[in-house]
Amino acid sequence: MTAIAAAQPGATLATGARSEAYVEDAVRAFVIATIFWGVAAFAAGVFIALQLAYPVLNLGLEWTTFGRLRPLHTSAAIFAFGGNALLGTSLYIVQRTCRARLFGGPAVAWFLFFGYQLFIVLAALGYIFGITQSKEYAEPEWFVDLWLTLVWVVYLVAFVGTLMKREEPHIYVANWFFVAFIVTIAMLHIVNNLAIPVSFFGAKSYALFSGVQDALTQWWYGHNAVGFFLTAGFLAMMYYFIPKQANRPVYSYRLSIVHFWSLIFLYIWAGPHHLHYTALPDWAATLGMVFSVMLWMPSWGGMINGLMTLSGAWDKLRTDPALRFSVTAVAFYGMSTFEGPVMSIRQVNGLSHYTDWTIGHVHSGALGWNAFITFGALYYLVPVLWKRAGLYSIRLVSYHFWIATIGILLYISAMWVSGIMQGLMWRAYDNLGFLQYSFVETVQAMHPFYVIRATGGLLFLTGALIMVYNLWRTARGDVRDETPIVRAPAQSAAAE
Amino acid sequence: MPTKIEKDSVTGTETTGHEWDGIKELNNPLPKWWLYVFYACVLFSAVWMVLYPSVPYLRSHFGGVLGYTQRDAVAKRLEEASGAQAQYRDQIAKLDIQAVKADADLNRFALAGGRVLFAENCAPCHQSGGTGAKGYPSLADDDWLWGGKLEDIQMTLQHGVRSTNDDDTRVSQMPRFLADGLLTMPQIQAVAQHVLSLSGLDKPNADGAKLFAEQCASCHGEQGKGMREVGAPNLTDKIWLYGGDKAVVVQSIAYSRGGVMPAWAGRLDDATIKMLALYVHALGGGE
Repeated sequence: MTAIAAAQPGATLATGARSEAYVEDAVRAFVIATIFWGVAAFAAGVFIALQLAYPVLNLGLEWTTFGRLRPLHTSAAIFAFGGNALLGTSLYIVQRTCRARLFGGPAVAWFLFFGYQLFIVLAALGYIFGITQSKEYAEPEWFVDLWLTLVWVVYLVAFVGTLMKREEPHIYVANWFFVAFIVTIAMLHIVNNLAIPVSFFGAKSYALFSGVQDALTQWWYGHNAVGFFLTAGFLAMMYYFIPKQANRPVYSYRLSIVHFWSLIFLYIWAGPHHLHYTALPDWAATLGMVFSVMLWMPSWGGMINGLMTLSGAWDKLRTDPALRFSVTAVAFYGMSTFEGPVMSIRQVNGLSHYTDWTIGHVHSGALGWNAFITFGALYYLVPVLWKRAGLYSIRLVSYHFWIATIGILLYISAMWVSGIMQGLMWRAYDNLGFLQYSFVETVQAMHPFYVIRATGGLLFLTGALIMVYNLWRTARGDVRDETPIVRAPAQSAAAE
Repeated sequence: MPTKIEKDSVTGTETTGHEWDGIKELNNPLPKWWLYVFYACVLFSAVWMVLYPSVPYLRSHFGGVLGYTQRDAVAKRLEEASGAQAQYRDQIAKLDIQAVKADADLNRFALAGGRVLFAENCAPCHQSGGTGAKGYPSLADDDWLWGGKLEDIQMTLQHGVRSTNDDDTRVSQMPRFLADGLLTMPQIQAVAQHVLSLSGLDKPNADGAKLFAEQCASCHGEQGKGMREVGAPNLTDKIWLYGGDKAVVVQSIAYSRGGVMPAWAGRLDDATIKMLALYVHALGGGE
């Protein structure tokens, strides 16, 4: 755990005239919320995966049907788990890389914490009781959207305010990505949720746009939620935690500049690839597609910078399973950001769209990239924030890593097979020109893969529960009496 | 903190001289392969934009040199598909259903199409392969409510059973013997026992037999063999639409049943209905 030993143990500024403490109480709360919502999101995912394999689990109640629990799962994963991870780590990183206390201090940090949790609870209750505006990943109704807008503006002010009063001459690359994430999410959130409430005291509203304009706005939002929430924000996490864990300099400053600006510029136009073969005009779909293809290398710039940062420190992967999480996350990121442009090509999309392939693609990103980079960050942060010398158990981190990795591989390979099979069955014709399969036959054929997928999810959840136990014991200050699975070579330990 | 460029001891590369919370940056150039693949993607995109509809103008858009549109592509494929089937479908629409069956080519076409048409339209109620479910008769056996000849099946498909939007639909309504005050509960129990005794599932019941002759035989026949003209099921064959327990039979007599099948004429064209009738007829029980 050289990475943790290298971290600043104290919560005070190391140098500089001011001796104000960094704001850390709320960051600790965000870490706990990340873990809590993560487990909730994974459990909900396992349950709805089982519902697809065994429909009796819909329980015959309107509140527990797949249709209502599915947004509960997606929002818990993206906005509750991912969102708390982003808010927590961004407040932590911006203070340390600027050597400045958070603008607004603890009051603002606590407002962000409780304000964001209130948003999550309001959204989740809405899904269960059927109060949504039926926009994927933007389901909450207008009053919840307004509240989130307020929280988000405070977040932007606190973040940019901290950058403004920084003690460092330059702004670190992680903070560019965080600013891009905060600003763009604000823009996407406001435009996609423009709606007219039916009454002052009622929850129901109607979207301002209609028809294909609404669909285009929705997927401009939806795709950039992936681009700026799940990519830019998490790249910021990567740019801080991988150099810290590996204790190595970032590979290339020039690459970080070029891939940052090309990513930001290209991502925003890629949304229309979600609307191939729809009422969207051909020219708009083509533009969405070519911008997605051009996005491949800008996305991979982050992967290269993350992986190459390990040059000179690859041996650490054997001894530090927390770093292994972060690095594997980057590998999954690279895989998903290659698969995405491929799937955006119109002819490929004709096969993949509306099938489980899309679900597999999303989860190789969500589980492999977002969750793994977050796990790596959590294993780094908890000892630092709770001022412990190291983790309770390195062995348990290793178990978590392998169980979760096997879970992801089961999940995505089951969805690849199921999705491609589904797409091929839908378009299969016999020599007389009749469809080969009815819809229900394609559903029957997917059943075994749904069971495999649920098994993969269950493994992923099991790994997360091991992490919860490990981090809880770490926070308590316990250290497990264990021998490491792989011992660090003696000379490298001495060199450090 | 002043800029302090150092040499990284591991790789020998210079740093940029910046440092944040202990993190430094190396001043490596852009990887060449990365840059060239990026250029290749941009070139690919440019070519694609020339080939396909891409750039919007104020009132129209650049259509691409291939002249491709999704709408035309779909229309063309649909036209090809229906064109290839037209010779068969036109014949089937024109000919009498018996004549279709007699023509080997047409019959093969009809059965192939009927299979997938059945799976899309009929299987939700009658189940895959027409095995049936509670309240939805099996179409794979030789127990027919309204007749199992090709013409009977075609008629049922066209007009449905108790369909609300077809004047020629097949209609019959068994009375609700308890709810309408025609029989008392003990009488119904007796009739139910008699009905079950017809297939040997219960002991004979003399009171029940007498009541059956008075109340039920007009539709179900004196022997309980049923009557297809009014869709009255055969009660002697141990095939039950709603179940063969005494409680279920009592329920049927007391409150009646009245399953509905939609009329498909208007939703499916004539040739399609003939194909379905031929397919159902061939499931195993056609007469």
